[in-house]
Amino acid sequence: MHRKTTQRIARVALALCLVTASAACSNIEPWVKPYERDRLADPIMFLDHDPVSTSYMYHVFESREGARGAEGVVGGGCGCN
Amino acid sequence: MRNRLLIIIGLIATLWTATAEAAVLPDERTDLLYHRYEGDNITIEGPSVLIRKNVGKSVSVSANYYVDMITSASIDVVTTASPYEEERKQGSIGVDYLRGGTMMSFGLTRSTESDFEAETWSLAVSQNLFGDLTTVTIAYSLGDDVVGMSTDETFARDVARQAYGIGISQIFTKNLIMGFNFEAITDEGFLRNPYRSVRYLNDDGTTYSYQSERYPNTRTSSAASISGRYYLPYRAAINGQVRGFSDTWGITSMTYELGYTHPWRDFTFSTRVRYYTQDQADFYSDLFPRFDFQNFLARDKELSTFTSTTFRAAVAWDIGTDGFGPFSKARLTAFWDHILFDYENFSDLRVEGVLPGEEPNFTFEADVIQLLFSVWY
Repeated sequence: MHRKTTQRIARVALALCLVTASAACSNIEPWVKPYERDRLADPIMFLDHDPVSTSYMYHVFESREGARGAEGVVGGGCGCN
Repeated sequence: MRNRLLIIIGLIATLWTATAEAAVLPDERTDLLYHRYEGDNITIEGPSVLIRKNVGKSVSVSANYYVDMITSASIDVVTTASPYEEERKQGSIGVDYLRGGTMMSFGLTRSTESDFEAETWSLAVSQNLFGDLTTVTIAYSLGDDVVGMSTDETFARDVARQAYGIGISQIFTKNLIMGFNFEAITDEGFLRNPYRSVRYLNDDGTTYSYQSERYPNTRTSSAASISGRYYLPYRAAINGQVRGFSDTWGITSMTYELGYTHPWRDFTFSTRVRYYTQDQADFYSDLFPRFDFQNFLARDKELSTFTSTTFRAAVAWDIGTDGFGPFSKARLTAFWDHILFDYENFSDLRVEGVLPGEEPNFTFEADVIQLLFSVWY
């Protein structure tokens, strides 16, 4: 079941790539203008506000769980036994 | 595999046909982090320091030094080995080069501990498109590890690792930004922990013995995630993420996250719930029926069937939004994460007086504390 969900998520990512590519061919105008992005520029909207903390938490989870990847770059080593 | 190929084709099409836009270098800042993990009789703590500075208008350099000081008497070492203390140090350097709407990033990470060394080179290219509404990133990393053993100085085994990642960050509306990520990772070499053992039932049916784990020499995994962050009608944000994972060892998992961020005066409060569920590797068993039962043998609880649930509370205090000494601003942040691990087929062998296989399943709780001080300049 999980495998099917992973494939589903991958397909959505693919669909977005193709939509983006075809949009480029039609010379699309940005639908959110630069002057309309004040909310997106607010620090509470940053996807990764504190990279040093984020990579630490990736390390905490990756050391104790089987899954890895699609979240960020984690350094080598373990320290988890 | 077919999905990966199609996605790569889609991305190449995107990069070839789209118009490049301006991008910006990351913020110049220094972060001082103290981290502490405590759970299952393991304490891991230490500092992490990250410094990032621009060189001219097009280059940003960064350096990170990270330490784990480990004291362990976990269920693994209590049941099959001896408690130990260990220190792991990791250093990283990175360079980002900005040219128009393209950011090229290069990184090198090295870590050492008494019985493990790791080195990872990474390269990533990001491209802003469509008036900066879209950012596409392609990443590759190459790692070489050397696995040792504290009980045998001559023991050294290699692991080679490659990771291929693609990601899209997309602004959908004035209030919504989303991210899509896919990453494939391949490992080759000595992939198990040299200290760990599996247990098997003795012929008498009432006792068990141990033998070393045996893992395949290769592993390939795929992970895909969708994440989003939405600005609420008042000044606050909700964020969420779903990630799916599968690998050639038969492990499948899903991760779900939901968070909320709420600023108030000079403070920003945030909370998050993360739920992780995993199905076991094909060659995992809590108790094998006999010695050498099959080619590959594992009783590593990270390969078992389990769930983990994490609750987070965090508060950030903007100390000097109009300047802090020589710095443009400063921020102090405290994070607390409480994690519940609930194993479905990993027994607590500290429980005695029951037949093999009838021990209760293992569970434990962990607390992760982080104190972060950041300055911008």
